[in-house]
Amino acid sequence: MMRYLPQTDADRRAMLEVIGAAGIDDLYVDVPRSARLEGPLDLPPHRGELEVERALEAMAAKNLHGGDAPFFIGCGAYRHHIPASVDALVQRGEFLTSYTPYQPEISQGTLQMLFEFQTMVAMLTGMDVANASMYDGASATAEAVLMANRVTRRDRAVLSGGLHPHYRETVETYARCGGFEVAGAALTIEGAEDPAARIDGRTSCVVVQTPDVMGRPHDLRGLADACHAAGALLVAVVTEVVSLGLVASPGEMGADIVACEGQSLGNPMSFGGPCLGLFATRGKHARQMPGRLAGETVDASGRRGYVLTLSTREQHIRREKATSNICTNAGLCALAFAIHLALLGEAGLTRLARLNHEAAQRTAERLEALDGVTVLNDSYFNEFTVRLARRADAVVEALADRGVLGGVPLSRFLPDDEAAADLMVVAATEMTTADEIEALAAGLGEALG
Amino acid sequence: MSDRLYSRDHEWVEVNGDIATVGISDHAQDQLGDVVFVELPETGRAVARNEQACVVESVKAASEVYAPVAGEVVEVNGALVDDPARVNADPHGEGWFVRLRIDEPGQLADLMDEQAYRAYLAELE
Amino acid sequence: MTAAPSSGHRGLVMDEPLLFEQDARGRTGVDLPEPEGRAPRLGGLERAGRIGLAGLSEPQAVRHFTRLSQKNYAIDSGLYPLGSCTMKHNPRLNEKAARTPGFAMAHPLQPPRTVQGCLELIGALAHWLATLTGMPGVAMSPAAGAHGELAGLMTIRAALTDRGDPRTTVLVPESAHGTNPATAALCGYGVEAVPANDRGRIDLGALGRALDGNVAALMLTNPNTCGLFEDEVIEAARLVHDAGAFFYADGANFNAIVGRVRPGDLGVDAMHINLHKTFSTPHGGGGPGGGPVALSEPLAPYAPLPRVVAEGGGWSLVERDGTGRSCGRLRSFHGQMGMFVRALAYTMSHGSDGLRQVAEDAVLNANYVMARLEGAYNAPFPGPCMHECLFDDETLRDTGVSTLDLAKAMIDEGFHPMTVYFPLVVHGAMLIEPTETESRQDLDLFCDAMLRLMERARSGDAAWFREAPRLAPWRRLDETTAARRPVLRWTPEAGRPVGNDRPD
Repeated sequence: MMRYLPQTDADRRAMLEVIGAAGIDDLYVDVPRSARLEGPLDLPPHRGELEVERALEAMAAKNLHGGDAPFFIGCGAYRHHIPASVDALVQRGEFLTSYTPYQPEISQGTLQMLFEFQTMVAMLTGMDVANASMYDGASATAEAVLMANRVTRRDRAVLSGGLHPHYRETVETYARCGGFEVAGAALTIEGAEDPAARIDGRTSCVVVQTPDVMGRPHDLRGLADACHAAGALLVAVVTEVVSLGLVASPGEMGADIVACEGQSLGNPMSFGGPCLGLFATRGKHARQMPGRLAGETVDASGRRGYVLTLSTREQHIRREKATSNICTNAGLCALAFAIHLALLGEAGLTRLARLNHEAAQRTAERLEALDGVTVLNDSYFNEFTVRLARRADAVVEALADRGVLGGVPLSRFLPDDEAAADLMVVAATEMTTADEIEALAAGLGEALG
Repeated sequence: MSDRLYSRDHEWVEVNGDIATVGISDHAQDQLGDVVFVELPETGRAVARNEQACVVESVKAASEVYAPVAGEVVEVNGALVDDPARVNADPHGEGWFVRLRIDEPGQLADLMDEQAYRAYLAELE
Repeated sequence: MTAAPSSGHRGLVMDEPLLFEQDARGRTGVDLPEPEGRAPRLGGLERAGRIGLAGLSEPQAVRHFTRLSQKNYAIDSGLYPLGSCTMKHNPRLNEKAARTPGFAMAHPLQPPRTVQGCLELIGALAHWLATLTGMPGVAMSPAAGAHGELAGLMTIRAALTDRGDPRTTVLVPESAHGTNPATAALCGYGVEAVPANDRGRIDLGALGRALDGNVAALMLTNPNTCGLFEDEVIEAARLVHDAGAFFYADGANFNAIVGRVRPGDLGVDAMHINLHKTFSTPHGGGGPGGGPVALSEPLAPYAPLPRVVAEGGGWSLVERDGTGRSCGRLRSFHGQMGMFVRALAYTMSHGSDGLRQVAEDAVLNANYVMARLEGAYNAPFPGPCMHECLFDDETLRDTGVSTLDLAKAMIDEGFHPMTVYFPLVVHGAMLIEPTETESRQDLDLFCDAMLRLMERARSGDAAWFREAPRLAPWRRLDETTAARRPVLRWTPEAGRPVGNDRPD
């Protein structure tokens, strides 16, 4: 017997009799004989819960992780504290084991949550509307470019050099198939980049990240004006959603579409997946959005309720003319985000953002005091870039030898860019302790000494 | 009998001089159900015969509206943007979609009159 | 009917306002230390105004989401026979394992030698999937089934480009899920529909005629969306390959054949696997998914990045492609690690023998439902079916009751309805997928309710059906108004349409 399967052999026999089949093989008669496997494949047999747990724990034990090491890694995924109630509520079976809310009369929990989620994302990003979420920040950015192409009927995207290189690569992958041009740029390490200068008559959008991959926040207002004057859209990318508690929102600065990574609220880093793509835009573009949307309505008795709406944009109706092929959203991740943000509220989120900023300031000040370390950022939110007196990848390895997860060497993204070889991006959050900062400083002192 | 002509894709055309008013037939709106959204072309756009000119959507379906004859879009029924229900309530009147200045009146000869369209619908049943 | 109670509550179904309607300024459900009060170093980019988030304490937030949860039907609470969705039991061991700090708190950009356990787990799951599909390459990075489909078609496109033979068209059966044509279009291909034969399978003659030098791939779901095994699939694959095209299989229904049939033996070149369907990761009200894509030998070099590779007794993460053949990166990081842990916990629990039993019981249960309902309901195609059975609305004809009405009446019977109006090739379709985790007793209760409702429909009670559901927390919702005047978020001036014709 296997614990997940309810039928007994007696059940199976009785059911075959009702069906009128002599055996289970009769139900597989349509499978060509040559393709029928006669016995089990060469894989281990079934195991009990305890054995599986032990095997997986043994694998997990081989990892160094943010729970047991001084930790300063960011660049698109961040270590934050998740309140205990978030996970307790996410694991309620009514959320965990329900499906896409196709029958709204018995899915109002998911639908109202999505409506609240959309509202919170729109508020944070300073936009009118947001969808029910997407896979992650990079794929949301690619979808934002596709949407800008549809809205403007143009086919060239200008990318800022400060865009996370994984996001740039993702946009390039979509472009190779989608038949549009991507005008990328090298990372500007010192000084200011001017993406506006690269806008032309074919440009559908400019994609700019703030804070950028080196942690520098950008004032987008001038760029937004330049885009709009040229008939292009401004796509703002945010990889650290907590920054929006303290930094001016992309909407306030004139962005037309915001693509954001939302993992930081409610969701563990989980080695980079699942993540939570946030996607928001102006009201006038709502029908060009990809992804699911919950909307308010009433039921037959006049009671307020919610449904999935504007579905004719989507693949199950529009087929090859859909705005995207996406089916799911990142449901549970969106739920975790909504719960964490509901717990924080305005007061909690702004305080959390401030604590992150101050942790980064303390870390930067401590590192600046070290020989061989220069902080490059004039401004930053919770991550910043340092120039080291040695190659950064070697320093990160040396830190790992001491059990310190010290930062991201930019060479990991840009192996061919020699100017980036000695740069390391360092992130700090509300979880960063004084002891951790000292451990990083000691490790760096040794690695650079 | 009106002078209304019909296409096999269930659009209707009514011609006044060189201006053709285009909408969707009563049968088409009935098949679609409650219309929730209409996307109209820009005026001044030239559309070829059988080219997509508009999109009409219900909750569970989206359909293209094709130009039954070639022409330049001279007017669109902007009232449908705020009140798409007009397509259901009065498909042959207030629910019209676009007016075209037609290039080749000869193309009208390929369309069906009301009697022929009724026969065509009966055939589809 | 008695009047609804003035509180808006009905028994244990609590009326719950929106978060924003419970706001009190300054209130929070998270205690955080007082900031030091340092001068910001944000380059003058501080946020100016309020965000607008609601302030709730922890007990209020917990109660809010608990009450919301109670308005959802879920597989934990009952049979959920959504065809093509595979609502099977979600083991809690999966959840526990995914929360192990070694997995949950690992960062994707750590030095690879510090995350050998994560890489080993990805490698182990890939090995299970490669063995079960009989296909040598498994790309693990796609974030969901639709994303895996995109990865598969991008891989095909990269292979064709590399061979100097770019093609323009993808063939998709009429019965296909909408994602297939949407994915093909996103990948830059034109879409051509291939009709079905009168047995509900792909028409080989039509396929042969459609296959020319412009066809890049055939996308075929097998078992197909009518719940039938494509019995001429090997012949179809041969036709596709003879035309120089690739055979893409939509693996949405792999749960019917896992452990009994390897898609690689059918001639498949690429197939995505929805981890939530065959491998029990939670559906979560719509995700997150996980969509690894299995690839044949000729396609494997074109797989997306990054890749996890066993090397010298350890595991390495290949983030760059020296050959230039990869179709590229598809997402922020490496894959749906949290879903991989769950899927591996499930495959290890079932093992090779258990997975085969999963497929057999899924098929047995669907055929049992088909046998019990046939007669009262019309099956447009004869069985045996695979993991789901399909009925049309023939026996509702002239009753005034539609498939939708019947589905809504199922809600009052205490069941989540089956999938309705899909696939499109059948009039008023009802697609029932019980899954292997339902007992015979529960299947009988479900079938009894279906039979009672058909009897009632045929006895001329259409008005009663049109009113259904009566007993659910909500009556039928007005989707027309929702789409005509979209309200996609809360605003302080409630009810104001946002998302349609709103000026800047």
